[in-house]
Order: sequence, then C-alpha cells, then structure tokens
Amino acid sequence: MDAALLAQHLVNGAMLGVIYALVAVGFTLFFGVLDVIKFSHGDVVMLGAFTALATAAGFTDPASSPLLVLSAMFLAAVGGMALFGALLARYLVLPLRHAPTLNVLLITLMAGTVIREAVRLFYPQGSNPKPFPRLMPAGAWEFGEFTLRLDSALLLLTGLAAIVAVHLVITRTRLGLAIRAVAQDPETASAMGIPFRGTVLATFAIGSGLAALAGVVNGLYYSEVSFNMGLLLGAIGFSAAVIGGLGNVYGAILGGFLFAALQTVGAVALPFASAYKDVFAFAVVIVVMAWKPAGLLAERSADRV
Amino acid sequence: MRVRVPVVLAGVVSLLCALNVSAKDTVKLVFIGPLTGGVAANGLGGRNSADLAVKLRNADPKAKYAYELMVLDDECKPNVGVQVATKAASDNSVIAGITHYCSTVAMGTVDVYRRFGLPVVVWGAVLPDITYANDYKEVHRVNGTMINQNETAAKFMTGLKFKRWAIIHDTTDYGKGHNKYFSEYLQKNGGQILGTFGVTADQQDFSAELTRIKELKPEVLYFGGITPLGVRIRSQMDKLGVKAVFQGTSGIISDAFVEGLGPLAEGVVAFREGAPVDKLPGGRVFIEQYAKGGYSDDPEAYGPFAYAAANLIMDAVEKVGPNRKKVRAELNKTADYDSVVGKITFDDHRQNAVPLITKFVVQNGKWIVWEDSEYASGKRSLVRK
Repeated sequence: MDAALLAQHLVNGAMLGVIYALVAVGFTLFFGVLDVIKFSHGDVVMLGAFTALATAAGFTDPASSPLLVLSAMFLAAVGGMALFGALLARYLVLPLRHAPTLNVLLITLMAGTVIREAVRLFYPQGSNPKPFPRLMPAGAWEFGEFTLRLDSALLLLTGLAAIVAVHLVITRTRLGLAIRAVAQDPETASAMGIPFRGTVLATFAIGSGLAALAGVVNGLYYSEVSFNMGLLLGAIGFSAAVIGGLGNVYGAILGGFLFAALQTVGAVALPFASAYKDVFAFAVVIVVMAWKPAGLLAERSADRV
Repeated sequence: MRVRVPVVLAGVVSLLCALNVSAKDTVKLVFIGPLTGGVAANGLGGRNSADLAVKLRNADPKAKYAYELMVLDDECKPNVGVQVATKAASDNSVIAGITHYCSTVAMGTVDVYRRFGLPVVVWGAVLPDITYANDYKEVHRVNGTMINQNETAAKFMTGLKFKRWAIIHDTTDYGKGHNKYFSEYLQKNGGQILGTFGVTADQQDFSAELTRIKELKPEVLYFGGITPLGVRIRSQMDKLGVKAVFQGTSGIISDAFVEGLGPLAEGVVAFREGAPVDKLPGGRVFIEQYAKGGYSDDPEAYGPFAYAAANLIMDAVEKVGPNRKKVRAELNKTADYDSVVGKITFDDHRQNAVPLITKFVVQNGKWIVWEDSEYASGKRSLVRK
C-alpha cells in the first residue's frame, strides 16, 4: 500500500473517529457528573440531524446562501438538542438520582425508543432514509491516489474544533471547574456553593449539543440520514467511552478514534469479508475490556470529569 | 287482503332476483410489498399497479366477481413479512396474493403460503431460490430471476471491452445471489474480478472498502444490492475519487436511485428482466391508465409485473371461481398468457420463463433503454474522465 492510499485511509478513519468521539464525549460527561449511563444518547444524535434537516427544509427560497442555511442548521440542531438534553436530565434523570442506576439506564433506553419511533411516525415519510442537503462547498485536492475533498476537510476541522472547545470549557472556565467539582464529589461541591442542579443541567446540555453536532456532521458527510442511525452510533459511542475509561473525556476521544481505526483495519487489512468489520471492532473492545476493565485511561478521582 | 300477500311476495322475490344479478360476489386478494423503508418507492409503485388492475376489472361489466384488494406492508424485513403473510394466509376470505419485492422477505414467506395453501404470484423478488429451492405449488413468479439477468449483464459488459471488475454486494440472500451468478458468468466471459466485498445491508460508511477498491483500479464496480445502499456507495465513490463505471442490478432500477444521486447517477448501468413496458402493446394502455388513476407515486420498474400478476390471478378466479385450490391449479397451468410484460409461461417450478433482459442506463436523470441512449450511439462514454 503506498503512502497516498494510507493517507486516504487515515482521513477516512479520522472522519469516523471525530463523529464517534463527539458521541462518546457525551456518554462520558453524563457518567462523570451523575454516574449514569444515558442510553437515549444515540437517538439524540439522530434527532439533532433531523432538526437540522427540518430547518433546511424551512428555507424554501432556493437562492438562500448555503452559508446562511448551514449556520441556521447548526444553530437549530445544537441549540435545540442542548435544551432537549437539559430537559431530559431535569425530568427523567435527576428525579431518579437516588434510585438504582439500572432504573436510569432503563428509562433513558425507553426515552430513546420513543424519540426514534416518534421521528419515524411523525416526520413526513420518516421510515425512509432522507437525503441530507448538500450545502458544503465542492472542490477537492488530488494527490495521486489520495483525494481530499474540501467538504470532508471542513467537517473534520469542525469536529476537531468542537472537541478542542469542550476541552477548553472543562479546563479553563468556571463552568468547567464546577463540572469537575461535581464530578469529583457532589456533596462537597454543593457545600462549597456550587449549584448542583445547574451544573448537571449544563453538562447534559453540552453533551447533547455535541451529539447534535455529530448528527449534522454525519448527515453532511454521508448526504443521508435515517430514523435509526442513532442505534449503532449510540452503541459505538458508548463502547468508545467505555474502552477509553468512562468518566474521562480524553479517554472518550481516544476511544472514538480507536474504534474508527479498528473498523478501518477490519475492512481493509483483514482477510475476511468487510461485513465483519463491526464484529471485529466489537470483539477487540471485549478483549480490551478484559485486559483493562476500567478502560485505557482509567479515571483517577483527581482528574475525573 | 288475502289476495295481496302472494302479489307482495312475488314482488319481493323478483326484486331480490334483480339485486342478485347486479351485486356480484366479492373476492378478496392481497397485495404485499414494502410500503415503508428504503425501497418503499418500489412497493408503492407495485401496490398502485395492482390496485389499478383491480379497479379496471371492477369497472368491467363482464367480470363475474367484484374484487377487493387488501394491502399489507412487509417493510422489506423478513420478520415483518412472515407476520403479514400469516395474517393474509390465515384469512380464509383471501383467495390469492400478489406478493413481495424483496427476495429476503419472499424466502421467508413461501413456507407460510405453502402451509396455509394460499396461491401467490411474486411480482418483484428475483432470487432464484424463491421458486427453485422448493417445489411449492402455491408459489409462482411473473418476473425473471437474477440468473438470466447476470448472464446478460456479464456478456454485455465484457462486450463493451471492460476487463477488470471489483464487486460490492450486500450479505443478504439477495446480494450474495447476485455476486454468485455475476461472478460465475463474468469468469466465463473472460472478465477478471480483482476483489469482492460483502457489506451489511444497513452499512453507512464505505470509505474503507472504496479506498481499497481505488487501489485495485477496476474499470467497473459491480454492485449487488438495492437502492439505498447503491445511492450511498455511488455517492461515496465520488467523494473518494473512485472513477470506475458503476454497474448495478435490477435492485437499483428505481426513480429513487436517480433522485437520490442527481447528476452522479449519469452513466450508471443496470439490467432487468422483461421487455421495456412502453414497447409492448398492452404496456402503453397500462401507462395511460396509470396516469389517469391519479397515483402520486410512479409505477417504478416492477409496477407492470404487479399489474400483470393481479390480472393473471383475476383471470384465474373468473375461470374457476373463488377457491384457493382451484385457483392454484389454474395458475399452475399458465402458458402463453398475454400480459403487459409480454407472454407469461410457467415452467415446472412455476417460474415465468422470461426470455428477454433489458439493459438500462441513466441519461439526463432518467433510466432509459441502452439501445436508445447516447451511450450506445457513441455520443457519450460510460468511462468518466
């Protein structure tokens, strides 16, 4: 395999990795502050993508500038899902705070099914895969066998920028400090005057906004969304968060890229049909879990987020 | 008063007789196809076509029975298909069925029809095993199988001087079947297969497979699968700069494929059994009536087959009456039956021996017959620069 093809595989894998990492960070944030696993997260990704799709459909004038439509889509999806995520936390997750964690897991799993089926039933022709508007600027660079498209590059940068932004919020802002404090010890944090509920809601808003971003990036990259796209993305995001080490943001990012790498290797380098690439990737996850049950970057209470 | 009773009775009796003449017995048929999901466009086209056949028959004063079409959605999923097939087959008022576009669903339901003795005519699924794997007298098929389709496809494409192929197929029975028969005929015709990739039917990302294919530098990418996956693969080929010709199967011949891809669909080739409908005498009538019917969706590629299947069944009912066993026997005997898709003759496995395969290519946003295209006349080239 020459360098150009290797570069192509790397870019493909990086694109997948960014999407997975964005989803995984949500899982890990929620686990960090509340020790819960929110299984509706994948469906929030999907709902974000559909919010963007509906927003784009609202621009009936074909002369609207693509940049304007794109900005509106991102704003509506990320803003809408941030609010939606906070509401889910306020009315489904927080009331069950003192119940067994299994109950939260179950209630969010049910919520995910409700979201998914609602989109299927109430979005016009919701059972069919929907073409996602192609609004990104066209254009591509060719380096021998390596084709880098401008839109893929922009999406990759958008995703990476979002990940960096989350890192900065958590390490450099008062909100980040509050999130870290609540993650470390809710009681002490409250005693020190940090609003517990507000911090939890903000965390859920951030995680769900990231999920929406992942949904829109996913839609723009593949030019297609469907009501059940969140199922596999949720499972992959969760696995990525777990192999990285639940509760550790950097672990989730690492896990996302690792999973994408495993899928790419499974499809390209192994001698069996590429239909087995998910089987291969999840099998490796199982092996990693057996080897490091707490994840690759196991949380130490000091830097737990 | 006593005198008038017989008069009144006579009046009532004659009235009843008159009613009996005008009100025909109702015969219930079932249509099953994918009305939701990725291939819904094909299912709706089939449903409308069967519905049209029933409406036209009901408007015909010479018909002995009135027909009612029960419509069920199999979602192109085998488990759902078996549920709805059981629902229809266990309903004794249903006499026969026009069933299935998706091969995987049809494979699951043939046993149900056998068990309940419901005669069905398959209108769109192309896997050979549906008729050939069992000897079920209930199961008939008006459309051809993927064997004939791939034989023509391999001969035709090698005839265009293409030599090197890569294959992507989905790992359902449908995709695997296409891969098997196409590979077989391609090798017989001197084509070379550089790599074969099986993918799951709901896979989203093909960048790894396509990058690998880019490295293999095939002239043609053969895709064995149906529309939604075909749209994804063709559009991701473009993203990764894979310049091979895209060759599909009957599973991508749909307007949804062209709409989903826009200009990227240009120059995609695919193959389907049966003559092009608008070139058959009955076909023009079908297209006119369909337009008059006011359906919001197109009949799609297999609509005419559903229409032919419905008519075949209704003709059998007209002849032998609404009885499953008799209708089955009548359908089994079908030979040289004139339909909108040409003559229908069932072989010993009740498979229509369709002699003709039509080659299609997308030109200016439409599937058109190869021979009529600018690609055939040499004005355009399949190979992208």
